[in-house]
Amino acid sequence: MLKYDLVVVGGGPAGMAAALKAKECGVEKILICERDETLGGILEQCIHTGFGLHYFGEELSGPEYAARFIEQVEKTDIDVKVNTMVLDITTNNVVIAINKQDGLMEISATAIVLAMGCRERPRGAISIPGTRPAGVMTAGTAQRFANIDGYLPGKEVVILGSGDIGLIMARRMTLEGAKVKAVCELMPYSGGLTRNIVQCLDDFDIPLKLSHTVTEIRGKDRVEGVTISKVDGNLKPIPGTEEYIPCDTLMLSVGLLPENELSRSVGIRLDKVTGGAVVDQYRETNHEGIFACGNVLHVHDLVDFVTQEAQTAGEGAANYILGKKEYADYRIHTKGINGVRYVVPQRISMDGSEEPVKLYFRVGQVFTNATVKVTRNGNVIYAKKKRKLAPGEMENIVIKPEDLQDFSEGDYLFIEVEG
Amino acid sequence: MEVRELTCVACPMGCQMTASIDNGVVVSVTGNTCPRGKKYAETECTHPVRPLTTTVKVDGGKHPVVPVKSADAVPKEKMFDCMKVLNEVVVKAPVKIGDVIVENICDTGINIVATNIC
Ligand SMILES: Cc1cc2nc3c(=O)[nH]c(=O)nc-3n(C[C@H](O)[C@H](O)[C@H](O)COP(=O)(O)OP(=O)(O)OC[C@H]3O[C@@H](n4cnc5c(N)ncnc54)[C@H](O)[C@@H]3O)c2cc1C
Ligand code: SF4
Repeated sequence: MLKYDLVVVGGGPAGMAAALKAKECGVEKILICERDETLGGILEQCIHTGFGLHYFGEELSGPEYAARFIEQVEKTDIDVKVNTMVLDITTNNVVIAINKQDGLMEISATAIVLAMGCRERPRGAISIPGTRPAGVMTAGTAQRFANIDGYLPGKEVVILGSGDIGLIMARRMTLEGAKVKAVCELMPYSGGLTRNIVQCLDDFDIPLKLSHTVTEIRGKDRVEGVTISKVDGNLKPIPGTEEYIPCDTLMLSVGLLPENELSRSVGIRLDKVTGGAVVDQYRETNHEGIFACGNVLHVHDLVDFVTQEAQTAGEGAANYILGKKEYADYRIHTKGINGVRYVVPQRISMDGSEEPVKLYFRVGQVFTNATVKVTRNGNVIYAKKKRKLAPGEMENIVIKPEDLQDFSEGDYLFIEVEG
Repeated sequence: MEVRELTCVACPMGCQMTASIDNGVVVSVTGNTCPRGKKYAETECTHPVRPLTTTVKVDGGKHPVVPVKSADAVPKEKMFDCMKVLNEVVVKAPVKIGDVIVENICDTGINIVATNIC
């Protein structure tokens, strides 16, 4: 059996940053397992710029951002196995992986960092009546076709869902000469970053139809057109609002789901809202020695935050491996209420640490000129005015160590929006 | 005086800004979190520019295309002209990150550079 101090599952930006941080903290034997042929994760196909402004102070494309970390990994003695799929993790921290050269491997690990990223919700996750012709694909698949395989997946496009990948692809297809006829969003607000609406849709006069969905797909072998309808407050199509749009491609950008089969199989507790593990401020799960970071933990819009979070997890794993972990006297919970959909980390380990704790959260609807408040037993310990809060944009707040004194086991910190 | 509401696209934070324009000159900007926002508002209200990213064909590379970007943002109205030029380009592998693929594209004074290896 192979033996490592740390095994990182997934070689995207999260996995690389976690491994590099653990190395920097003094962990000796580290292995990254990546099922793709290269490190870099989803960034390899994200050729648009907008990565790294916070972390590097430069606007990089996805592959450039990834390359900075790949170079750093190559300079260390971190072992990397590409084309290697992790199949299972056992409760005593043995990682089962497979590739062509080594066959089936059992790798024992002191600590494990889960960094498997997320995948797109497939068509099955939303049901659209009609035929099943070619030309229906997720926006991410279309992105891979266009940016890595080098061909345009359609000429007349309708996009369902206004997630960032869909918006980015609307611009990409338009620049390549395709006609994007509409982006339909079921909700009354967009799921993507405002900047992407401005740069990808408004710039090219592509209509964003909020509160609309696709109610029928037509075409035998290839998509010939789709029917879209307006939806009511309960998200049900309103009869009589149907509009037929001829097109050869329907792209789906209806959300991302953390890829947590492995976490489930080892019994890690998952958060129903994020779809990722329940973790503490070091990103340690309820399974001792297993940490999670990046999109497998909760879907991030900015890779810079993925890198930061992964460094936190890498450091947490290093402390655990090197016997420097402070054991918690007790844990308290964080909880989003009144408009806050989720908070990560979900728990704070009270181990006497004097470090501030950064909480990431997302709201469930659009707010303007609202106040974000953190309360404990009815007392406000943090309040900040925000010009705008939107579900598509992750926010963060920092709780000072002095505000984390004198709690008791099971206490709650509530994060809410007022106004 | 003209007042314009805009969303800064200089980074993914997407700050909501208000710019006041007097005689074609931006006299004040509010709502920006950092100086880049102010600069963006000034440019956007006078001569809008956008970063351009796409792919060009590769001969003998690992993949059929390699991603490229404009080293600086190009004038918004020239984006489609630049695309026309780039759709005709075929580069020979190997290519490194930062290699200049097209110099001074469409007389903008801006180079197109590779953003991945191939
Ligand atoms: C289309 C798109 C546009 C984006 N635009 C921006 C932007 O403009 N600016 C920005 O800052 N951020 C952007 N992001 C977000 C950013 O790219 C992601 O948040 C980031 O890449 C997530 O990193 P990750 O390492 O968690 O996941 P990933 O990059 O998905 O990496 C996960 C890796 O794990 C591997 N893996 C999964 N399961 C296994 C297994 N069982 N065994 C082995 N390996 C496995 C996968 O192959 C993959 O390489 C965008 C994302 C997308 C998809
Ligand atoms: S003002 Fe600064 S922080 Fe805000 S979006 Fe623009 S560049 Fe980003």
